[in-house]
Amino acid sequence: MIEVRELRREFKVATSKGLRRNYKTVTAVDGVTFDVQAGEAVGYVGPNGAGKSTTIKMLTGILVPSSGHIRVHGVDPSRQRRDLAKRIGVVFGQRSQLWWDLPLKDSFDLLRSIYRVSAQDYRTRLDECVELLGLQELLVTPVRQLSLGQRMRGEITAALLHAPELLVLDEPTIGLDLESKERLREFLADLNARRGTTLLLTTHDLDDIERLCPRLMVIDRGRVLADGPLDDLRAEVTPERELVIDLREPGPAPDVPGVTAVRSEANGLRHHLTFRRAETTAAQLITQVVRQVEVHDLAVVEPEIDDVIRKLYQRQLDQPVTR
Amino acid sequence: MLAGMTTNVVFGLLRVAVLVAALKAADGEIADYDVAAANTYVWIGQGLLGFVLLWGTNELAERVRSGDVVVDLYRPWNLQGALLAEDVGRSGYAFLTRLAPPMVFGMVLFPFQFPQNAFQWPLFALSALIALVISFGFRFLIDLSSFWLLDNRGLYGFWNISSGLLCGLTVPISFFPEWAREVLWLTPFPAILQAPIDVFLGHGDPAKILALQAFWAVVIIAIGHFTLNRAVRKVVLQGG
Repeated sequence: MIEVRELRREFKVATSKGLRRNYKTVTAVDGVTFDVQAGEAVGYVGPNGAGKSTTIKMLTGILVPSSGHIRVHGVDPSRQRRDLAKRIGVVFGQRSQLWWDLPLKDSFDLLRSIYRVSAQDYRTRLDECVELLGLQELLVTPVRQLSLGQRMRGEITAALLHAPELLVLDEPTIGLDLESKERLREFLADLNARRGTTLLLTTHDLDDIERLCPRLMVIDRGRVLADGPLDDLRAEVTPERELVIDLREPGPAPDVPGVTAVRSEANGLRHHLTFRRAETTAAQLITQVVRQVEVHDLAVVEPEIDDVIRKLYQRQLDQPVTR
Repeated sequence: MLAGMTTNVVFGLLRVAVLVAALKAADGEIADYDVAAANTYVWIGQGLLGFVLLWGTNELAERVRSGDVVVDLYRPWNLQGALLAEDVGRSGYAFLTRLAPPMVFGMVLFPFQFPQNAFQWPLFALSALIALVISFGFRFLIDLSSFWLLDNRGLYGFWNISSGLLCGLTVPISFFPEWAREVLWLTPFPAILQAPIDVFLGHGDPAKILALQAFWAVVIIAIGHFTLNRAVRKVVLQGG
């Protein structure tokens, strides 16, 4: 579906000093390589200015790479932008492709003409989106009167009317409340699972990734830092997990082999036991613990995805990239 | 809409007053304009400037500035064609609200020079439509300049000030000294306003005027097409 090899994009940035104007070259994307297979759902994350949006602009053909190779649907995006546009959908959290003063339905009708969708396909797709996203009452409302959450549902519908095989989402949940986010995620997960629509999404909300994307790509300073299943990344970057036990009676933490650190809370009623996943399993640990103390409740805690990402960025800082 | 119409008519009255005063001072005739022709010139001009959207909206430039233009570029359409279609659509509405009212106002209340031949009416309509295309082409180029200038408001302001004079809105182009007249008719500007007015008034050969307009329409749309391609390939798009 997507094939990217050694992709680079440089920008010339003017640095003014008095009346003189100098240009310096900034590399926004610096040798990125990856593939996305049809039907995948990939999260593309990185701090602000990491090169995410630049990559997306190149994937969709509106920005020409400085060097490197891209194929989307087997097509060179910047050369065949209009052909490609018919086959992909793009949603921006921060921009709108709807007509501000028109009712939602009129925007959809216009898009139907722009993408030349047959009347019948249009009906089925629109009905489906309207139902799943709860847009019935909103169709006659001018876009300017919609709330952000309502508008985003409209944006997603707008991007799906031509049934794209690839949907690119640039920060789709930005600014949404928890419920709207959840609703959107549910819809996208369903789209990916049932229709097999390939998803590529950038986000700063790591719950989006946790919920939607089995695969995560982390980019910083124009380079891919990590690429793989979320669980593998977690295991690689943060090899430690935590067993939290609540005791019936306050007491000292059980002494169990394999535990690397202990932190106690609530006067010894709760203990956090850290262990390395390579050396021992949670099952072994629990067996040992219940032999020693009377346990009221216990839980195995995976490191938060935020921690994983933070550690990845950190690792990058520790090992400065030579350019 | 009503406010627009009122402003339009009030400015029309002012221009008629000034022009007729000038004509009286010049013994009733300047170049090929008498009082009736001058009235007709003013009221058609007032209508046309709304119809061809002489002063447009700078909307595309604003979208370039904010970066929203990426949304337009993602679509499987020809951006220039789509925007022209939008303008033509708008002109249908503008015909009813902007072009017809001042013309009817002038016909009813002032000495008015109607076309001598019936075929001048459809030719005038055609000429106005080509004028719209040329006007769009100009505004599109000014909008596109924002890809390079980042902020094109200066250029846009310059267009707003100078277009009236260059297109024949302020005074008829035949009032200019001969050298200026000749220079101006070598530019596309008179084709936006003076040309349809001339067709209506029967000044000059309508076939020649229409041919000139068509030539400029093709040229300006072609330049716009080429410039858009360059803008898209070369230029930085704003915002993350």
